[in-house]
Amino acid sequence: MANAAISAGAPVRPVKYGSISRDRRWAMRWSYFFLVLFVIFFLTPPLYMFITSLKSSGEISAAKNPWWVYAPTLSNYIELLTQNQYLVFFRNSALVSICVVAISIVISVVAAFSLARMKFWGSATLATGVFLTYLIPDTLLFIPLFKMFAFVRDTTGIELMNHWWTLIIIYPTLTVPFCTWIMIGYFASIPKELDEAALIDGATWMQTLTKIFIPVALPGIIAATIFAFTVSWAQFLYPLAFTTSTDELVLPVGIVTTLIKGDVFNWGQIMTGALLGAAPPLIIYAFLMDYYIAGLTAGATKG
Amino acid sequence: MAQVTLRKVIKKYDEVLAVRGVDLDIADKEFIVLVGPSGCGKSTTLRMIAGLEEISGGDIVIGGDVVNDVPPKDRDIAMVFQNYALYPHMNVYENMSFGLKLKKTARDEIDRRVKQAAQILDITELLDRKPKQLSGGQRQRVAMGRAIVRDPKVFLFDEPLSNLDAKLRVQMRTEIKKVHQKVRTTTVYVTHDQVEAMTLADRVVVMNAGLIEQVGAPNDLYHSPATKFVAGFIGSPAMNFIPCQLEQAAGALRLRVNDRFSLPVPASRTARYGTYVGRPNLMLGLRPEHITETRPHVEPDQHDFDMGIEVVEPMGMETLVYFTVNGAEVCGRVNPNANAAAGQTMKLRADLSNMHLIDDTTGKVL
Repeated sequence: MANAAISAGAPVRPVKYGSISRDRRWAMRWSYFFLVLFVIFFLTPPLYMFITSLKSSGEISAAKNPWWVYAPTLSNYIELLTQNQYLVFFRNSALVSICVVAISIVISVVAAFSLARMKFWGSATLATGVFLTYLIPDTLLFIPLFKMFAFVRDTTGIELMNHWWTLIIIYPTLTVPFCTWIMIGYFASIPKELDEAALIDGATWMQTLTKIFIPVALPGIIAATIFAFTVSWAQFLYPLAFTTSTDELVLPVGIVTTLIKGDVFNWGQIMTGALLGAAPPLIIYAFLMDYYIAGLTAGATKG
Repeated sequence: MAQVTLRKVIKKYDEVLAVRGVDLDIADKEFIVLVGPSGCGKSTTLRMIAGLEEISGGDIVIGGDVVNDVPPKDRDIAMVFQNYALYPHMNVYENMSFGLKLKKTARDEIDRRVKQAAQILDITELLDRKPKQLSGGQRQRVAMGRAIVRDPKVFLFDEPLSNLDAKLRVQMRTEIKKVHQKVRTTTVYVTHDQVEAMTLADRVVVMNAGLIEQVGAPNDLYHSPATKFVAGFIGSPAMNFIPCQLEQAAGALRLRVNDRFSLPVPASRTARYGTYVGRPNLMLGLRPEHITETRPHVEPDQHDFDMGIEVVEPMGMETLVYFTVNGAEVCGRVNPNANAAAGQTMKLRADLSNMHLIDDTTGKVL
């Protein structure tokens, strides 16, 4: 396409009639060039983390080639994994993420179904509104959230500050709007006749949702799941602001607050902790990749 | 098994009237086809019978009960959609049994009905396939199977053959007719294809601009259309409409097409047409098969004339010839051996015993 456009746009030059296979070969070369560039760009940091995680503190601070491990050691891994603290962070992160994913998916699937299918007064405006809430940066919501926590404490006596489970309530404010938006798009791509057929077959709205829409939109739900999991696993700002005691921290904040003491950076353990922390999303991606891609391309072609 | 009655049914979208008062009585076990051009309100009417669209006015009665506010699932109807609307994650068996399962029908009863319907439609060997593993025609059969197993009071078909290729469409048309002969259920079928309408229907309902133009048996619509719209819509190639005047000359009625050319009105029609002498905007309606090549034997009311042929379309079993009369393009069907050729003058014959006289002001056939 691009080549055709260029030759059509520049008739002044002598026209060269290249073969399709030659064009294709060049296109492939360029693709590989950029792909390799991307791979280097994105894989260098994790590789560097991995190399550093195998070094002792002494070797890290020594002025040797940083890209080579002269005395590989698993001490960082052993220390971190035998430390109760790190495992608590891990557990907190896992519990928060799993609960947030569950809450986000339940809310967004039901919300998206009603917004996409039950045409009621204001449903279109509401759908846009859902998306707009996603555009509000989370940093703006700190102070209102603090205010709300104070209000809850004053009226009910429930302290929401400094509990890991508070994050289960807060994170959906970030995940639900976007998940709902993904699901609205996905449900909208399901032909109208399908729910009409279900309606005539005698299904209630709830049965149409559970027996037809959810199975058919499974790739979309998986895409939303991955999104919600990634957001809640990697979220840094809210836990930093709302949790302080070591027992209540989640992984990203825990690593930073416990492994950096004053101006002493325990680089080996920071790298190890970050690397181990990146593993769960990676495993989930690998596991759901096929579905995820199907979810992203849904609606592009029919049938 | 039920009658369906529509009484002054209206559908309004905001301020637009899509269906402007439809009255229709459908007898038990009758096969009714709603036909008309796009946007004539036929699909909307069907969807109102199904309960997928609310009605803005009037009554819909199925099996003696007014169902205006009854949800689709309680109307005891089954519908076949244009794009099949099969549940993609279920196999054929599950697709067909879905409605029965929701009604909590006993498992062996479901099994019996699905197998029976599969047998009627000849899809027994497809029962454990997924919809995407089926061809268009097979999907259409499954969609029909899903309707049949429900054993509903009324079958509704919404342009079920429009997504199939031409050959398969003809085949499935016969199939639908066969199925209706086996499973005699009141059927309402929507199509924009007048051939489908003619071949399938016990009675055809021609709709135009949200109103019923005419209801009648296929042959009645063809031979005695009530309006110019029906006359032009039913039949292919369409009926010719030639502007003309009715004049009284020497005690007989004549149709004057132009200064040089006029034809006598058949004696059987003179009494009926007598009052329209001199009325403006009259049209002669004549189907292409009533304009043929000349033949040695002359029947009454057949008249020969010479005409310059403009376009010739050989169809194999017949040849279509086109020429212009009084500004109107006219089509005739001649014998392929009659040596019709474009640019040449040919002796043609008009059979006025099958003519229609149309008042173009009101659109009525007189």
